Amino acid sequence: MDPAVVDLSRLQFALTALYHFLFVPLTLGLSFMLVIMESIYVMTKRPIWRTITRFWGTLFGINFVLGVATGITMEFQFGMNWSYYSHYVGDIFGAPLAIEGLMAFFLEATFVGLMFFGWDKLSRVGHLFVTFMVALGTNLSALWILIANGWMQNPVGAAFNTDTMRMEVESFREVLFNPVAQAKFVHTVSAGYVIAAAFVLGVSAFYLLKGKYPGVAKRSMTVAAAFGLASSLSVVVLGDESGYALTDNQKMKLAALEAMWETEPAPAGLAAFGIPSMADRKTHYEVKIPYVLGLIATRSLDKPVEGIFELVAKAEDRIESGVIAYGAVEALKVNPNDMAARATFEQHRRDLGYGLLLKRHIADPRQASPELIKQTAWDVVPPVPVMFWAFRIMAGIGFLMILLFATAFVLVTLRKHQTKWFLVLAVAAIPLPWIAAEMGWVLAEVGRQPWAVEGVLPTFLGASSLTVPQLLISIAVFTLLYGALAVVEVGLILKTIKRGPYALHDPAPDGSPEPEAAVA
Amino acid sequence: MEIPVDFATLRVIWWALVGILLIGFALTDGFDMGVGALLPFVAKTDEERRMVINTVGATWEGNQVWFILGGGAIFAAWPFVYAISFSGFYLAMFVVLTAMILRPVGFKYRSKRQDPRWRAFWDWALFVGGFVPVLCFGVALGNVLQGAPFRLDSDLRAFYDGSFLGLFSPFALLCGLLSVSMLVLHGAAWITVKGEEGPVAERARRIGELAGLASIVLFAAGGFWVAFGGMGFRIEGLADAAGPSNPLRGAAAVREPGAWLDNYGRHGWMILAPVLGFAGAALALLGLRAKSAWMAFTGSSASAVGIIATVGLSMFPFILPSSVDPRSSLTVWNASSSHLTLFIMLVVTIVFLPIVLAYTAWVYKVLWGRSTTAALAVNPDLY
Repeated sequence: MDPAVVDLSRLQFALTALYHFLFVPLTLGLSFMLVIMESIYVMTKRPIWRTITRFWGTLFGINFVLGVATGITMEFQFGMNWSYYSHYVGDIFGAPLAIEGLMAFFLEATFVGLMFFGWDKLSRVGHLFVTFMVALGTNLSALWILIANGWMQNPVGAAFNTDTMRMEVESFREVLFNPVAQAKFVHTVSAGYVIAAAFVLGVSAFYLLKGKYPGVAKRSMTVAAAFGLASSLSVVVLGDESGYALTDNQKMKLAALEAMWETEPAPAGLAAFGIPSMADRKTHYEVKIPYVLGLIATRSLDKPVEGIFELVAKAEDRIESGVIAYGAVEALKVNPNDMAARATFEQHRRDLGYGLLLKRHIADPRQASPELIKQTAWDVVPPVPVMFWAFRIMAGIGFLMILLFATAFVLVTLRKHQTKWFLVLAVAAIPLPWIAAEMGWVLAEVGRQPWAVEGVLPTFLGASSLTVPQLLISIAVFTLLYGALAVVEVGLILKTIKRGPYALHDPAPDGSPEPEAAVA
Repeated sequence: MEIPVDFATLRVIWWALVGILLIGFALTDGFDMGVGALLPFVAKTDEERRMVINTVGATWEGNQVWFILGGGAIFAAWPFVYAISFSGFYLAMFVVLTAMILRPVGFKYRSKRQDPRWRAFWDWALFVGGFVPVLCFGVALGNVLQGAPFRLDSDLRAFYDGSFLGLFSPFALLCGLLSVSMLVLHGAAWITVKGEEGPVAERARRIGELAGLASIVLFAAGGFWVAFGGMGFRIEGLADAAGPSNPLRGAAAVREPGAWLDNYGRHGWMILAPVLGFAGAALALLGLRAKSAWMAFTGSSASAVGIIATVGLSMFPFILPSSVDPRSSLTVWNASSSHLTLFIMLVVTIVFLPIVLAYTAWVYKVLWGRSTTAALAVNPDLY
């Protein structure tokens, strides 16, 4: 494999995936906020709640469409750029993507048209049902995508088949109920809810600062405060790290984001600050808070948390075993009936992926010297400084969000919507949860390196046999196209916000009594 | 777990199911794309264009899922085909992607500003989003019929000899044009079904008639080319229908000019597919002439079903033959997922596809009625 092709493929995937996830979380959260707002409308029959629902619905639509458009890229990119990956794990990985289309994406996409165009064609309850189906569809969509991603982090329920040279499903139930996938799902959709709540809170605060549409803004703010508080608590408490004790790579992820080189005796402390150095293999100027890491990582005070050195030593053993598994696979390629080779393979199969790590340095892993194996074992360490800081930014913003929404909740309960310093803060806070969510994906995916599928397939082996010019063309066009669309989208959102909630529908002044007949 | 359906049967079922999904895509998203490709030509004023866009405005999003699901189903059922075709046709796929990214945005953003230049830009985006993917899909199928230039090594990693421009051979271009005329006919028929009567429908009928004639001529020409142009592959000896999914094991494929007609000799009923392709297009022409919108739409649908089925049936059991190393060719017997995955995906499909069809039908029913220019003035939700 040409290393430039691998690096460019990774760059393109990172760019398109991170870009896609600018739109997805707002869709995830705003769809349920629309359900809440519209439910209030259905229960109270007060037209202002319909105005509120339709206003946020318009913003939802502008955002939704880019989520859909950039999602098409994601669905096809595995085959285009990660062809060997698609072959190697397609037997497991393809299924959740197909089910996502069938069970979730059809639901949201079929009903979303009716949500926008069906206001006059459906009863109040009928329309609420449609809105709910959109929200359900978007969130189920996230479930299946995270089952697929969770399997890359913790590949349960599958085994390598030497006849087909790929991983195949053994237990679909294990793939579905993968604990890493479940933790990821809750954490990711909660993050989406926080983003939507911060968006609604911030835009409402902007209106209140300008003294515009107070009726719509105050009510929206109330919904955002309650929804945001619950979600921000959920995103932090039900964090992703509950799965971090499960596998060697997940443990490595934890050690890397903590920049924890040596194994910590129980109960492990959490580094609040430090400057990790890959070259020195240590963290300078470290400041530790006792007990916290042990609680997060092992949910206990008596279990140690393994450090990078110990995990690398483990990887070295697994590479040695993987070389034997690799040799057996090569023998079985020549003669599928070689019983001795099959027995050897069965014994070492769980380390085959570790043997493949050597292919980055040597064409035939069987020829690897002990020094090369020692050196390759360090490949299993992801970039520690990136992990260390991405985690601190993400978690820091997570706690800030709890503070923000708790304050909002108190102010709203006391009917002090007009607290100016808070309104300014709420507007300024809009981008923060997006940054946290992007950092979360950096943690999850950079932290998984060097693996495409943990312990099974190294990333560099997964790429397609493409050429550098092909990738340069696609990256350049994606950058231009996505950049232009981002400008257009932000422009349209700002324009819609400026025109306000009465621009299209319900030309009644805010808060004034409206006759029930106008409701339709 | 004991799997109640045997491997070979499941492989054939999935071949049929992927075919059904692709036909579902052509029938639903196909008319959206046809409408997009027709937009600048059938509708001249902004009002006319909005009327045309709103014939698909509320439903294109759901229809597009057939495309996404087609991709997902190929990934799940035939990982080899997904991996090799998408990377082998990399730049062509990339062109399709950019066009398909412009399309949703075009629908949603066009109406957000009054500026005529803004609207004209998105009109062309919608045209590109309809025309380009349809052309590329046809070109891709043409390449599949001729065989794609890939080979597999012993790790089953694929390597390619082809280039982007190499995809556009005369035969592949003919397939591309057939695909365009087939779906332009379908889109034109849809405009007569869902749009209002008047100059737009008149233009749609005129262009639709041309597209219908072109479909018939190109389909016939393509048929002759396939029969006598030296195309075709055949499996040497007996394929192991339940063997491991490994193209390098088992019976080898060879190039065999004319072999794409083999199946019609063996199973006479298969001739119904090309007959449907021609008869449907003829019915659509009649419908357009007689101003019977539903006859036209039924005809264009039948024609698309017939043409796509013809390609699939002619090639069976091949899915993606290799022109440079026929041994690497992908077939129904050597390129599928495992027995268990095929079975689970079948169960999921049996449960969910009827549900999808039911609520899709309900949504179409609620949104029933023609798109009119009069409605544009009173309904601010319309595009």
